[in-house]
Amino acid sequence: MKLSLASSPHQHVRRDTGAVMRLVCYAALPGILAQVVFFGWGVLVQLILAGITAVAAEAVILMLRKKPIKRTLQDYSAVLTGLLLAISIPPLAPWWIIVLGTCFAIIIVKQLYGGLGFNMFNPAMAAYVMLLISFPVQMTNWLPPQSLVENNASLLDAVWVVFTGYTVEGYSVAQLKVDIDGISMATPLDHVKTALMSGQTVAEATNVSFMYGTTGAGWVWVTLAYLFGGLALIQQRVITWHIPGSMIAAVALVSLLFYVVSPDNYASPYFHLINGSVIVGAFFIATDPVSASTTPRGRLVFGALIGFWIVIIRIFGNYPDAVAFAVVIMNMAVPLIDYYTQPRTYGHRA
Amino acid sequence: MSDTKTELTNLTWQGLWQNNPALVQLLGLCPLLAVTATITNGLGLGLATTLVLIGSNVTVSLVRNFVPNEIRIPIFVMVIAAFVTVIELVMNAYTYELYLALGIFIPLIVTNCAIIGRAEAYASKNPVGYAAYDGLSMGIGFTLVLVVLGGFRELLGYGTLFSGAELLLGDWATVLEITVFTSESPFLLAILPPGAFLAMGLIIAAKNALDQRLEKLNAKQEKRVVERARVTAE
Repeated sequence: MKLSLASSPHQHVRRDTGAVMRLVCYAALPGILAQVVFFGWGVLVQLILAGITAVAAEAVILMLRKKPIKRTLQDYSAVLTGLLLAISIPPLAPWWIIVLGTCFAIIIVKQLYGGLGFNMFNPAMAAYVMLLISFPVQMTNWLPPQSLVENNASLLDAVWVVFTGYTVEGYSVAQLKVDIDGISMATPLDHVKTALMSGQTVAEATNVSFMYGTTGAGWVWVTLAYLFGGLALIQQRVITWHIPGSMIAAVALVSLLFYVVSPDNYASPYFHLINGSVIVGAFFIATDPVSASTTPRGRLVFGALIGFWIVIIRIFGNYPDAVAFAVVIMNMAVPLIDYYTQPRTYGHRA
Repeated sequence: MSDTKTELTNLTWQGLWQNNPALVQLLGLCPLLAVTATITNGLGLGLATTLVLIGSNVTVSLVRNFVPNEIRIPIFVMVIAAFVTVIELVMNAYTYELYLALGIFIPLIVTNCAIIGRAEAYASKNPVGYAAYDGLSMGIGFTLVLVVLGGFRELLGYGTLFSGAELLLGDWATVLEITVFTSESPFLLAILPPGAFLAMGLIIAAKNALDQRLEKLNAKQEKRVVERARVTAE
C-alpha cells in the first residue's frame, strides 16, 4: 500500500491548483457582468490592469527566486488574486491604486512568505486593507448605479478616468457621482453609517431614492449574481459549504441581535447581507484554501467569527465595510483554530 | 598596542554591522518603530540614545568592580535612568520642538534593551575606554538604522527628506530639506506603524542578503566568533 503525504487543502476531487483557481475565476463572471451592467466599464479596466500586474509581478519575483516561472504562473492563483482585488475596489479608482495593491498582494503578502501555500494572509484582502488605510479617499469613491446617474461613462471614458482622473469630456469622478437630482451619492453602507451618526434612524436613512428603487438598485443584483456563482462553486465541490454557511449565518444572527434590541439604530440582517461584500466575501474570499482553516469544524468557527467581526466592525468601526478587516483578523487565528479542531482519527477513543 | 587597535576595529565592526543593535540583536524596537516617521525624528532619538549609551557604559564600567552581582541590574537601570533624565532635560532646553515630537519615547529610552544589553554584556566586564567606544559604535549603529528607516518612510509617506531638520540642528538646517515629490494622496501606510514593521523587515532582509553575498565572496576568510548579547525584548 502506498502512503503518501499531501499538504492542505485535502480535497476529494482530483484537480490541479490551476483548474480550481480557473473555476473560481469563472464563477465570479456573473458577478463581474452584473457589476459592469450596473456600475459601468470601470470594473473591466481594473480587471485587466490587475491581471497584467499580477502576472508580471509574480513572474519577476519567481525569476528573482529562481523558481519555475511558467509552471507556477499556470496555477492561476496570481490572476485570481488580481481579480478579487479588482472587484473589491471602486471601479473608477486611479490606475496606480490597483497596480500598487496587486504588487503588494503578490510580492509582499504572497511571495515574501514563500509563495502560494505559505502565505498566512489572504493576499487580495491584505492588499485591500493596505489600500484602504493608505488611500481612504480613493478607496471609498464608489459610483452609484448607472441608471441613476446623470452622466454615464462609456468604456473610453472609464479608461480615461482611471488613467487621468477625468472623462474624455472632462467630467471628474465627483461629477459622475451626482444623480439626476443633482445630489451626490454614496454606497448604501456608507450612506446609512453617515446618516446614523448624524442622528437619523435606519428607516429615515434607507428611505432615499437611490436605495431600494423600483428596479432594485444595482447593489442587490450584483450580490445575487455573486451568490449564484458561489453556489455553483459549492455544487462543483471547489469549496465546501462550511465557511460561507457559517459566515452568512453569523452575519444574520449578530445583526439580528442588534436589530431586535433597537431597530432604529441598527440596520436589519437583510440590509447587512445584501449590501457590501458579505456574499462575495463568504464564497470567494474567505474560502481561500491557503489562508482559511482546513478542518470542517475549524471552517465553521472561522466563518462564524468572520461574520461576527464584520457586523461588529461595520457598526462600531470607522470604515463602512469590514469584510477585508474581518478576513485578515481571522487569518491570524487560523493556526489556533486548526490546532483545536483537528478531527479525531478513526477508531481513536476520547 | 596592536591589541587595542584590533579591539577597537572589532568594536566598530560589531556595533555598525555584525552585531548591530537594531538589525541583528533586534533590541530597542519599540522606539525604533514608533518614532521613525521622518529622518529628523530618527536622528534625534538616535543621538539621544547614543549619548545615553556612552554615559551609561562609562559609568557602569567605572563601578563594575564595586557592584554586587546580585543587584547589578537595578543599579544599571538607575544609572541609565539618570542619563536619560539628563538628556531629556537637555532636549527640553535646546531642541524643544523635537522634544515635543518625540514625546514619551525620550523617557522610554530607559527601557531600551540595547542600552542595558550593552551594560550587561560589555561595559560591566571591560575597562572604561573600551566601554565608551563600544557605546559610541553601538549608538551610531542604532542611529544609522533609525536614519535609514526614517528616510525610507519619510520618502514614501511625505515625499520629502530631512523635513524639520531645523528642530534638531538649528535654523540653518532648513536648507537641508529636500522635496522629492509632492502628492495629493500620501502613502499613509509608510507613516503608520505597520509601515515601520514592513520597512524594518525589508531592511533586515537587505542586510542578510548583503551578508550572504559577502560571505560567498570571502568564503575562505576566517569567521569571527560573535558574542551575542540578547536580553528579553521589550
